[in-house]
This record gives sequence, structure tokens and C-alpha cells, in this order.
Amino acid sequence: MDVTVIADSTADGLNPVTAQLVGAASSIGGTTTVLCPGGVGSSQASAISGVAKVISVEGDCFGTFEGGAWANALNSLATGELILAAASPRGRDIAASLAAIRKIPVIQDVTGLEAGMVVTRPIYSGKAIETSNVSTPCVITLRANAFDDAPEGGSADVGTVNQSADVGLAVKEALAKASERLDVTEADIIISGGRGMGDPSNFSHLNEVADIIGAAVGASRAAVDTWDEIPHSMQVGQTGKTVTPSLYIAVGISGAIQHLAGMKTSKYIVAINKDPDAPIFGVADYGIVATWEDALPVLKSELAKL
Amino acid sequence: MAIGVLLKQVPDTTAKIGVSEGRVDETAVSKWSMSPYDEYALESALRLKEAGGEDVVAITCGPTRAAKMLTDAAAVGVDSLLHVLVDDLSALDSTQVQSILAAALGRADCDVVFCGKQAADTNAGSTGPGVALLLGASCVSHVSEVSPDGGGYLALRASTGGDERVQVSAPCIFAFDKGDEELRRPNVRGIMMAKKKAIETISPSDLGVSLDNSRVTVVSHTPPPEKPPGQKFEGAESVATVVGKLRDEANVI
Ligand SMILES: Cc1cc2nc3c(=O)[nH]c(=O)nc-3n(C[C@H](O)[C@H](O)[C@H](O)COP(=O)(O)OP(=O)(O)OC[C@H]3O[C@@H](n4cnc5c(N)ncnc54)[C@H](O)[C@@H]3O)c2cc1C
Ligand SMILES: Nc1ncnc2c1ncn2[C@@H]1O[C@H](COP(=O)(O)O)[C@@H](O)[C@H]1O
Repeated sequence: MDVTVIADSTADGLNPVTAQLVGAASSIGGTTTVLCPGGVGSSQASAISGVAKVISVEGDCFGTFEGGAWANALNSLATGELILAAASPRGRDIAASLAAIRKIPVIQDVTGLEAGMVVTRPIYSGKAIETSNVSTPCVITLRANAFDDAPEGGSADVGTVNQSADVGLAVKEALAKASERLDVTEADIIISGGRGMGDPSNFSHLNEVADIIGAAVGASRAAVDTWDEIPHSMQVGQTGKTVTPSLYIAVGISGAIQHLAGMKTSKYIVAINKDPDAPIFGVADYGIVATWEDALPVLKSELAKL
Repeated sequence: MAIGVLLKQVPDTTAKIGVSEGRVDETAVSKWSMSPYDEYALESALRLKEAGGEDVVAITCGPTRAAKMLTDAAAVGVDSLLHVLVDDLSALDSTQVQSILAAALGRADCDVVFCGKQAADTNAGSTGPGVALLLGASCVSHVSEVSPDGGGYLALRASTGGDERVQVSAPCIFAFDKGDEELRRPNVRGIMMAKKKAIETISPSDLGVSLDNSRVTVVSHTPPPEKPPGQKFEGAESVATVVGKLRDEANVI
């Protein structure tokens, strides 16, 4: 089966999920062409094993993000029976737009994919899992870290195609990123703080832990709503971001159902909370009943020893 | 012209989701609510109207129970209500839902549309961009604020490099994230007025949309896999033990 993979990237290059898209395509026996919007990451993509061809898609329209415009520019090249993109904010937009252009179904945020187009995905924020059968052609987005990376070692040909599309929006002002830190959706390790941190300035302790292990810093909604210093971009949960890191460390977070909805599928969960009955312990692989004031200094020194 | 807002009724985020005989049991859902991001979309649509915009039309596609949500929307100030009656939304694929909503927006003469960035049941995020494509509109996703700007609009959206203020003109769709604005609550007068507000109820075929077979067949719903019970430790001293386990048992650091 011909598979078109839409590379997921930022200005700095490919996001790791791109290799997972290729890995998933290979696992169902696909012949994979990777499209790199704006030409970003094409040489990186050609080095992913299992990639048959890379097309660097260039054009002015890639200067500003608009899912519909990008999809229009990619459409004539997205000829696979299966089109795969990342379930990232941009990936979902492009996927939905491509599906609408081609009048084919789109299934978002898939965590399992089998030949014969049997897909599984969490619904109701992970309160149930849906298995469905999709006819091809179709567009599917995959959740980051749900599939194994295809290894490096490929050497696919890279072609360049110029495309154009009408962009209906213009960026008037770019506001500084709240922090230079990794975004929670991109991180393999996340440490999040809740209202139990007591004061926003105490998030500096979480930042210090994050710096040691290369983690992103997240927050509960109570923290975001209570303190202006904690931006909504850090919020994990039902009305924040859904994350699936290898390790999620929840500090001073009670574990409300809406918070769990955003992080429950993390591979390993550590909870630090002074209340032994906090619901967060119900999903934690490793629970530590202690105040953060006591626990974080030990965590810092233990991690620094590694 | 009117401002359209797409509202979906979903199980309340606090409701338990039960599975019986391989399907989510909707009859066991204790409470149905407006999908959380749609609440922010609605709030922003009403603010746009108050800033001198057109009337606001709320549109839903769903079963009979969804009418209550439209009445709730009227209670906070929506001008007219359109209900496209579909008994079982889960039998429709993304293209079908989008065709219905695009046709409904056309019928209501909407050139500016607000919706949620993703619904709390599907968690998809397909509808805003998909409907925009069908209408030949621009879609701005992950928006937390919209204001009029000359003949067009300025929207604050989250982007990979931080927030951006983008300019866009009608026809356009704003797919809403959680906004910073406080959500308005209905007052008694609003609730009384809303009870009398007519809901126009139509079928997909009234919109000229014929529903052929869905190209997605649900095989089964299952409860999420149970996690093995975790290990719990008392006291800050145990942090060292946990760090050891993260390294040796879990291999994640
Ligand atoms: C529609 C809707 C959507 C929502 N979406 C989200 C969402 O996306 N994300 C989200 O997080 N929430 C969301 N919520 C809110 C959610 O219901 C909870 O209110 C919120 O998650 C609570 O945040 P918290 O755990 O930080 O605060 P709290 O519930 O106040 O918990 C604080 C915890 O810190 C502990 N603690 C206190 N002091 C210390 C200390 N010194 N050391 C260690 N522990 C300490 C306490 O024991 C307690 O367990 C949503 C709610 C609704 C209704
Ligand atoms: N059946 C529906 N009726 C009205 N609005 C809908 C419907 N389905 C989706 N929407 C809108 O589209 C948004 C995204 O839905 P989804 O693509 O399913 O994640 C929702 O938050 C609603 O604003």
C-alpha cells in the first residue's frame, strides 16, 4: 500500500514523531513517501529507514501556518491510499483539511494501527477505547510516542516540488513564548505542578528538576487559573493538552478526572502529594506521600547523581 | 449575514463512561453538557456580537436531547437556534458530519463561525478545519480571543513558537481553545426567555445532504486497559528508592 507521511516539524527541524509515523507505515507493509512542508527536515527524513522517497514541498504559503492552505499545497502530492500525519495541533489541522479536500474520512489521535485499516484510539478523553475499521483512502493522525520510531539508516532520494496556495490569514504580531522551555506535547518527560505548589514562584523548583533531566514543565488547571504567571500553554488535561510522555511527575496535583484525562496514558506516572488519599495515587505507578518541600530537594540531588 | 456557533452536546466531563456489549452506553451517562471548548467559542461569539457584530445563530447536529443545550445557549444570549436532528451521530464519519454542518451554516447565512478546537467525546479536532474547507473559508485553530479589526478580525492563537495575533477576513472559522474570558452564566430572565425561544428543527435531507454509508465502521468500544496497581511510599526519603526504580525497573531516566 502506498502511504504518504506528512512530516511533523518546527522551524528547528523534524519532530521525533515523524520517525514514528514511518515506523507505523512500515509495520503495515506500506511503501512510504514523506512530504516535508516548507522543505523543513527533508535530509533528516531521508535518513529514516523505510522511507522510499522524500519530497521537499516548497512555496510561499508555508511561511504562515494555515491548515487549509497547507493541505491545498500538499494535496496533489499526497497520493497514498493512506495519509499519515502526527496528532499534533498542526498535524490534525492539515489532516482534517486534506480529508475534506479529498472527501475522505479522517481519524485523529490513533494509538493502534493494523493492516486492513483497523485502528484504535482513545475517545471521551481516554475513558473508552474505540476500535474501528476505515475504508481507504483515508487520513489518519497518530498520537506521539504510541508507535515505535523507525530506526535511522535510510538514504531515500529527496525531490523538490514548488507549490502555491492562497493563504487567508496574516500574522500581525508574534508574542514571546511564555518560556524557552520545551512544550509539554513535545517532551518525553514532564514534571507538572498543581495548586499544592502554594505559590507560582515555587515552580522554580520544578524548573530545576526539569533542567536536570531535560523535562518540560506542566501545570494543573487550578494552577493556571489561580496564578497569572502560569500560562495556559502549560495546562495538562481535558481543557489543556493531552500528553503521553514516558514519565509524568505530578507534584501537588490532586488528580481530578479532568487532569487525568490529559495524562493518564503516560507510560510511567510518579505522584508527589502530601495527602495519602489523593486520587492521583490511583493512577500513579510510583506514589510518594510527602510534601514537595521535603521531596523535591531529594529528587534534585538523586537525579543529579545519575 | 450572521455569526454561527457550532455546539455539541457531550457527556459531562465528570460523567462516567460505561461500556456494555462492546459499545459505550449512552443511556447510562448521568449528565450531558455543552462540550467545554464550545463554551469558550460561544462566549467569544457573543462578545463579537456585542462589539457591533451580527446576530448569533447556534447550530447543533445530534439527537433530541441536544435541544436542551441549544436552550442553554439561548439563555446566555444566542439569537436563534438550529437543530439538525440525527439520532446516532456515532454512525456518521467525519465527512458526513462536516457536510451537514457546512450546509446548516449556509442555510443560516453565517460568514463568521465559532466552534471548539475539539469535542470532548471524539477528541478529534477535525470539524473546524474540515467545515472551513467545504465553505471556502479560512480556519484559525487554537484561538483564545477574537476581536473585530477594520473589516476583518484579529485572533489570538497558540502556535509552535508561542502565541500569535493573526488577521483574517470573512468567511472564516475560529476553532476555540480555552479562552481567558470569564464564561457568562444565565440570569433568571435569560432562562425564562430561552424557554420560549423557538428551535428550528430540520433533518439532513432538508439541507440537501444525503447520508450514504459511513466509511468508518465501529468494531467495538472497550474500557481503557487497567493499569497494574502502583507502588506507594511514605516520606521524602523514599524519593531515592523511586528514582532507583525509574532507572532500573522502568528504564525511563
Ligand atoms: C470542564 C472542566 C475542565 C477542566 N479541565 C481541566 C484540565 O484541563 N486540567 C486540569 O488540571 N484540571 C481541569 N479541570 C479542573 C479540575 O476539576 C481540578 O479542579 C484541578 O485539576 C485541580 O487542580 P490541582 O490538583 O492543582 O488542585 P487541588 O485539587 O486543589 O489539589 C492540590 C493538591 O495538592 C496537594 N498539596 C497541597 N500542599 C502540598 C504540599 N505542600 N506538597 C505536596 N502536595 C500538596 C493537596 O493534597 C491536593 O491533592 C477542569 C474542570 C472542569 C469542570
Ligand atoms: N454534531 C455536531 N454539532 C455541532 N457542532 C459540532 C458537532 N460535531 C463537532 N462540532 C463542532 O466542532 C468542534 C470539534 O469537533 P471534533 O472535530 O469532533 O473534535 C466541536 O467542539 C463543535 O464546536
